[in-house]
Amino acid sequence: MNDMHEDRPRADRLIIAGKQYNSRLLVGSGKYRDLDQTREATDASGAEIITVAIRRVNIGQDPHAPNLLDVVPPSTYTILPNTAGCYTAQDAVYTLQLARELLNGHKLVKLEVLGDEKTLFPNMPETLRAAETLVRDGFDVMVYCSDDPIQAKMLEDIGCVAVMPLASLIGSGMGILNPWNLSLIIEQAKVPVLVDAGVGTASDAALAMELGCDGVLMNSAIALARDPVRMARAMRLAVEAGREAYLAGRMARRFAASPSSPMAGRV
Amino acid sequence: MPQIELNGAPHALPDGANLRELVAALGLDGQALALAVNRSVVPRERWAATFLSPHDKVDVVRAIGGG
Repeated sequence: MNDMHEDRPRADRLIIAGKQYNSRLLVGSGKYRDLDQTREATDASGAEIITVAIRRVNIGQDPHAPNLLDVVPPSTYTILPNTAGCYTAQDAVYTLQLARELLNGHKLVKLEVLGDEKTLFPNMPETLRAAETLVRDGFDVMVYCSDDPIQAKMLEDIGCVAVMPLASLIGSGMGILNPWNLSLIIEQAKVPVLVDAGVGTASDAALAMELGCDGVLMNSAIALARDPVRMARAMRLAVEAGREAYLAGRMARRFAASPSSPMAGRV
Repeated sequence: MPQIELNGAPHALPDGANLRELVAALGLDGQALALAVNRSVVPRERWAATFLSPHDKVDVVRAIGGG
């Protein structure tokens, strides 16, 4: 379990809101079979940042039932409370104020304000409004957004610490549908860019990293795989492979063949 | 019997109750929770000093799995 914290060269650590991380894979904690699987898959992923949802306690339910934070403790992980299910800036802000209290003043948060239940596409005007309020209130905001470079820049200008454009719809597993938009966002951003939403399998994650993303956030891709723990391992490798390929600098594409063996000396 | 709204449902208001007593009465002592009254978050250190009135809306939340 501890090898997930093996140190990377300082130069290539992921830096969000001034804190360094070895892993560029961030994971959600939803949709697992049970808390045991949540723990195993999270462990296998090597992720250091994990999102959680904030919900009302079920009054009357067994108070001794195990709690998510028991299996992914804040002492080991950076917990990233989200605003899943929020459709207004007001609800998102309220949710994160509760989260900050729940996590003893922890201020790194994931903001998402949804536009409709069918697509779970972000409501960008409400997202901008919420981001402004939250940044002013001292939160470090990582924000789920559309892959619109203008919106991404606005969120950055408001003071968000990371922008997180969707690759495709939440939970769709459709992968990166618009690598061009993603590239535009990456090119202009001065804060980390993480793909959030739509990753389906390892190649999606690798592609995101090859495009120059600073990290990838995923939940369904791991939790809904036939073997989530195995997929978590695959994703860990994919994010590392994609990152290495990006740093290595790929060969140019050319619309012509070029032999790898010399012509001279053939029999 | 005076009532508050607790997590969206009516709940009998215990006499002179403060938030710490409410949490204990719900069997939630020692759990990782956050509380708000009328959408205003009340820090844990102020629970004992925060008294409830009829019709107050109380939210008691925790962290659960999510993406």
